[in-house]
Amino acid sequence: MTKRVGIEASIAVAEAAKLARIEVAAAYPITPQTHIVESLSEIVANGRVDAEFICVESEHSAMSACLGSSATGARTFTATAGQGLELMHEVLYVASSSRLPIVMAVCNRALSGPLNVWGDHSDAMAARDCGWIQIFSTSGQEAFDQTICAFRIAEDAKVLFPVMVHLDGFHVSHVVEPMLLLDQKEVDSFLPPYTYPFPLHPDKPVTMGAFAPPAIYTEARKAQEEALISTTDTIRSVWDDFGKRFGRHYTPVETYKAEGAEVMLLTMGSFSQPAELAIDKMRDEGKKVGLIKLRLWRPFPFDDLRQAVSGASVLAVFDRCLSYGGTGGPVCSEIKAACYGMEKSPHIVGFVGGLGGRDVLPEDFEQILQKAISDAEKGQDRAYEMIGVRE
Amino acid sequence: MEQTAKKTSIPSEEYFAPGHRACIGCGEVLALRLVCKALGKDVIIANATGCMEIVSSPFPNTSWEVPWIHTLFENTAAVASGIEGALKVLQRKKKISEKEITVVGMGGDGGTSDIGLQALSGALERGHDFLYVCFDNEAYMNTGIQRSSSTPYGAMTTTSPPGKVSIGQKTWKKNMPAIAVAHNIPYVATANPSYPRDLINKVNKAKSIKGAKYLHVYSVCPTGWRSAPERSIQLGKLAVETGLFPLYEVEHGQYRLTKKVSKIKPLDEYLKLQGRFRHLTEDLRKEIQERINQDYAQLQKKAGEV
Ligand SMILES: Cc1ncc(C[n+]2csc(CCOP(=O)(O)OP(=O)(O)O)c2C)c(N)n1
Ligand code: SF4
Ligand SMILES: [Mg+2]
Repeated sequence: MTKRVGIEASIAVAEAAKLARIEVAAAYPITPQTHIVESLSEIVANGRVDAEFICVESEHSAMSACLGSSATGARTFTATAGQGLELMHEVLYVASSSRLPIVMAVCNRALSGPLNVWGDHSDAMAARDCGWIQIFSTSGQEAFDQTICAFRIAEDAKVLFPVMVHLDGFHVSHVVEPMLLLDQKEVDSFLPPYTYPFPLHPDKPVTMGAFAPPAIYTEARKAQEEALISTTDTIRSVWDDFGKRFGRHYTPVETYKAEGAEVMLLTMGSFSQPAELAIDKMRDEGKKVGLIKLRLWRPFPFDDLRQAVSGASVLAVFDRCLSYGGTGGPVCSEIKAACYGMEKSPHIVGFVGGLGGRDVLPEDFEQILQKAISDAEKGQDRAYEMIGVRE
Repeated sequence: MEQTAKKTSIPSEEYFAPGHRACIGCGEVLALRLVCKALGKDVIIANATGCMEIVSSPFPNTSWEVPWIHTLFENTAAVASGIEGALKVLQRKKKISEKEITVVGMGGDGGTSDIGLQALSGALERGHDFLYVCFDNEAYMNTGIQRSSSTPYGAMTTTSPPGKVSIGQKTWKKNMPAIAVAHNIPYVATANPSYPRDLINKVNKAKSIKGAKYLHVYSVCPTGWRSAPERSIQLGKLAVETGLFPLYEVEHGQYRLTKKVSKIKPLDEYLKLQGRFRHLTEDLRKEIQERINQDYAQLQKKAGEV
């Protein structure tokens, strides 16, 4: 086993792409993703990986170049954040509907305006319906591991979908943490070389991107939906294999101190770390609380989620994104929908916070839990609450 | 029949199959077919959204006998960049054969000179080894004849309608080939399907040159120009003979006319065949004629003809 090294998450993600032996990368710099493109450029410039780095003039072109490269059969990687992901938006749908296994690291960032370069999940949520597999990491170690897993998931013949690996801007992307990296031999044994089944090549001409009239569009959408849902099995088995080989185990939904928990908190991404501290403290005080960390956002792991909340009577959901004029946080809406019709659904209360890089501390999570408990006791249903707002 | 210096035969092979849905007399699809003949089979084409994409690929049918990808409207040059990058690395790694494959990006004037200009500029500047072909029918035809920056001055389109206080298109046609030349790429040329041998020569030459190449192809659109479908070839000829759309190439910055017009014909001969210019007053016609004379003289100078 490799030894622990102190490394910044962004650098580790670039290393992961190198270890995956990417063949083409096309990317455009944006805070907080810049360290990934910079270190990837360096890796390619030093010949540490035999790849073409296409230094494009925008994120729209980055994702478009990725389409061309992936369709030609090259293992393709990119990275972006916030506005960059927005600029890619229309291209994202084409990547998934064309079933191109592109891997993209997203250093989640708030969206303008007002301009804000710090972290939240607005960008990821705006990309929610693009048909990509979306995996959230809680740490740099996870971002590294998930980047490597993402290639194997995406390229599996039963999958062939693009994958976004989310790491929170700054809170993960810029943090130097002690990590267990993998070496080339380990990654090679885990990730077979890439061969795309229908590459663009004159020896076997294919037409890609034919347009679908009304008579076929619905069927195309249905087929894509079914294919995406069916990827969950492969995602699980790739994570299982990764766990067996390297000792780090991942599941679509992870729980922390969930045994006998009557009140649960759900987070996605890096804020599970302060949330864990809150749970630790409350457990020490004898309170039956636990944490759910949602890792797989798309395809949504309905069964795992229901299983995880089945013993709880109260569930507080924490969102780092706000859906204007709607039900508050998109994660909370999703969880409510997932629990709807459960025989014993917990009382679900939504909280929105951590926007544009605002910290959320363990004591904030304690308060969230307390509020959820008192809401449940009073039988009170609130739409959602935005926490930490300065009046 | 007009001929350019070298007598080139037109390949009999077809790579763009009949049965497509282009309008009768479509000059754009004729240009496309000729370009495909010249490109041959060892090619990968990225195509922008637009008439040529739509007429050729309604699922489950395709006119494309060569590998072809359509993704979006404005990103074709970027898609081609990715294809070129992938071929380079896959050949270097010997994952695929070392066969010479021409990477081509194609789009209409809208996809090229308006919405796709940034992606194109990026790809030209980066110097990818590819050919970009713009089929210029001087408006957004696929969406119903709206103006583009390539629409000629005075022309009627659905978004540049002549009216009590409007002449029609208020701006002069953007000079896309000059923009391509400004990127210092090795080869830029104009072509026109009414001069098929010249067009094929230029595609062949572009194919033989490494780096980014740009071909701007005049494409008559009878539907959008309100011209008779059987006049498309004639219109193409007139466009050259009036000096409106000169045929030239620019190799490493050196301009050369490939079809010299000793005495340019009056523009009226060209304008009167098209409904989109019907509303033009005498004064406007004169203004346009003057501008063409000027532009043509300037081009002659660049080509060392005067
Ligand atoms: C982002 C985006 N904006 C607008 C459109 C609508 N659209 C499709 S084709 C087209 C015009 C195409 O014009 P041009 O590139 O000149 O090609 P032509 O159809 O004339 O051959 C437009 C506006 C689109 N598909 N995508
Ligand atoms: S609208 Fe014009 S360019 Fe489009 S297919 Fe018809 S004739 Fe050709
Ligand atoms: Mg057009």
